Amino acid sequence: MTDMPVGERQPIAPPSDDTGILGWARKNLFSSWGNGLTTIVLIVAMVWILSGFLEWALFTANFTASTGSECRGGGACWALIREKFRYIFFGSFPYEQHWRPLFAVIAMLAMLVLSADRRMWNWRLLVIWGVGSFITFLLMFGQLHIPLSLMLFVALAGGTIGLMMRSAVADPTERSAYYALIVIGLVGLVLRIFGVLPSWSLAIAPLSYVETSLWGGLPVTLILATYGLLFAFPYGILLALGRRSNLPLVKGLCVGFIELIRGVPLISLLIMASVMLPLFLPSGTTIDKFLRAQVAVILFAGAYIAEVIRGGLQSLPKGQFEAADAMGLNYPQKTLLIILPQALRVVIPPLINTFIGFFKDTSLVLIIGIFDFLNTANQALVDPNWAGFPGEVYLFAAFVYFIFCYSMSRYSKYLEVELNKGTRR
Amino acid sequence: MAATAARDLSTGSSVIQLKSVNKWFGQFHVLTDINLDVKEGEKIVICGPSGSGKSTLIRCINRLEEHQQGDIVVHGVTLSNDVKNIEAIRREVGMVFQSFNLFPHLTILDNLTLAPIWVKKMPKKDAEEIAMGLLKRVRIPEQALKYPGQLSGGQQQRVAIARALCMRPKIMLFDEPTSALDPEMVKEVLDVMIELAREGMTMLCVTHEMGFARAVADRVIFMDRGEIVEQNEPEEFFANPRNERTKLFLGQILHR
Repeated sequence: MTDMPVGERQPIAPPSDDTGILGWARKNLFSSWGNGLTTIVLIVAMVWILSGFLEWALFTANFTASTGSECRGGGACWALIREKFRYIFFGSFPYEQHWRPLFAVIAMLAMLVLSADRRMWNWRLLVIWGVGSFITFLLMFGQLHIPLSLMLFVALAGGTIGLMMRSAVADPTERSAYYALIVIGLVGLVLRIFGVLPSWSLAIAPLSYVETSLWGGLPVTLILATYGLLFAFPYGILLALGRRSNLPLVKGLCVGFIELIRGVPLISLLIMASVMLPLFLPSGTTIDKFLRAQVAVILFAGAYIAEVIRGGLQSLPKGQFEAADAMGLNYPQKTLLIILPQALRVVIPPLINTFIGFFKDTSLVLIIGIFDFLNTANQALVDPNWAGFPGEVYLFAAFVYFIFCYSMSRYSKYLEVELNKGTRR
Repeated sequence: MAATAARDLSTGSSVIQLKSVNKWFGQFHVLTDINLDVKEGEKIVICGPSGSGKSTLIRCINRLEEHQQGDIVVHGVTLSNDVKNIEAIRREVGMVFQSFNLFPHLTILDNLTLAPIWVKKMPKKDAEEIAMGLLKRVRIPEQALKYPGQLSGGQQQRVAIARALCMRPKIMLFDEPTSALDPEMVKEVLDVMIELAREGMTMLCVTHEMGFARAVADRVIFMDRGEIVEQNEPEEFFANPRNERTKLFLGQILHR
């Protein structure tokens, strides 16, 4: 055998050690007396716990009671959820208008699902988020007033970013479009500042106005978490880059900010945003409470995301930075094309972990009187007619949270596989 | 290429000049009073024991390391802290690293076209054309759409050479390009480098491949403890090393 040329050897299949389900079970569950005993004990315990739960949650549960007292004595009182689910989902939003937050939630979910697909990661993403956000807030507010200065600012920012990101690949027409946007935005803003242009705003008002203090339930949780993380993410990236900067002032500011924010509880930050901030503002100016909470969430999440991303930046070999430098790439090019794509890939699991944490932490806005999903659920318990069923309500809330968090977790897994295609050694 | 044999380097113009360059890593004096003049088209091999400062020397030329005293002039531009200056020099100087340093998240083709597109603002199509031409020259055009992780070490290093050449550099720096390779892959990389040398590229190469030095070098420089101890034409350098340290070093690496 030994002098047979390699190419002529018969390939030998590896020994097969599992013969069907029984073989697998024997190997993994009953390989020894101790192992078998553990398996049996665990199965019995699981059946016992599960049957007790099912007995309560399904077999003796009451789905149809019309008051709390009818529910008492039996199993779970799901009739309470039936009675209260519109309040739990949409809070104090005007009852007959509940279709609006419903469609706002659908719009946001569609936006999130669409942007999860990697094939959408180009200009389409801007369109999806632009249109999705517009629909969401139009439905929630009912009326939008878009000030001229905001439009001019968007034109300026859009033109600048377009020019920066696409300078290498844009054709002359596209490039002149960016220049036009920049000129319009810049000239318009200057004219606006000197009062040549009036303070005009575009009013889109197809529905009745609903102020943010009436918002509640799932749309509030989704808006706080989605827009909180959407803005906190680039902000966290900037903080992480700043923390590694060679410029002492930039570095010091970033380190100071991160440590300060991480050192205080979110609750205290929310209270500061809600109670203390108005004291510093000139009298007469008010900033919406919801917006203040949103900003507090962004600042808080940004500091945590920054530390996660810094871990990714540190994991890159020095050679990647040197190769980019040696090629003559400047700092923004090096960062956007070489460093961040690799660093972010590395930190997907801890990043999603942070996202999941923040999705749940938004509940703390209760402290300043904003009713997100968990808090409307909690509020549903206050009704004296239905008092005494906290288990059912919290179980239901937990179930809804679980759907969102588990989806994020699965998506994290998908992203890891998808982004490492071909690059795995 | 008859030109290489008969080329008179004494009359060529200098493309790199180092004048009394000094550098310290903390208290450690890594480069001591380095003077070096590289003519256009010249191929220089730098050797020396590890820690002798040879990598640091060539890394100073494209400012991956900053020198503290003396002047470095590349193509008439004096290196300073001015970012524009540094970027101008890096456009003219290509570099190949010991550990390849390809970008693992980009395909081979994207690795090559990145700098031409973003630094030289070259249209993508032209950049891809040049890149494919260079991949043919290093004999791996069929790997263009793969990722670096899917290639062997020798192939990766050839890609790295092609990537540096994509910017049409006037000078190439090689920092121990074959040291991280399995023995059977060293030759494929050296062949590419020899070909490049024959085409008249100005090359500074830190390497212990003495066969390569004999084949293409115009000058071999021996460094030890941060100093240029001895430099000479390859035949003379290997046949009659003058300094004791050079003799000791050559004795160690040639009688392995």
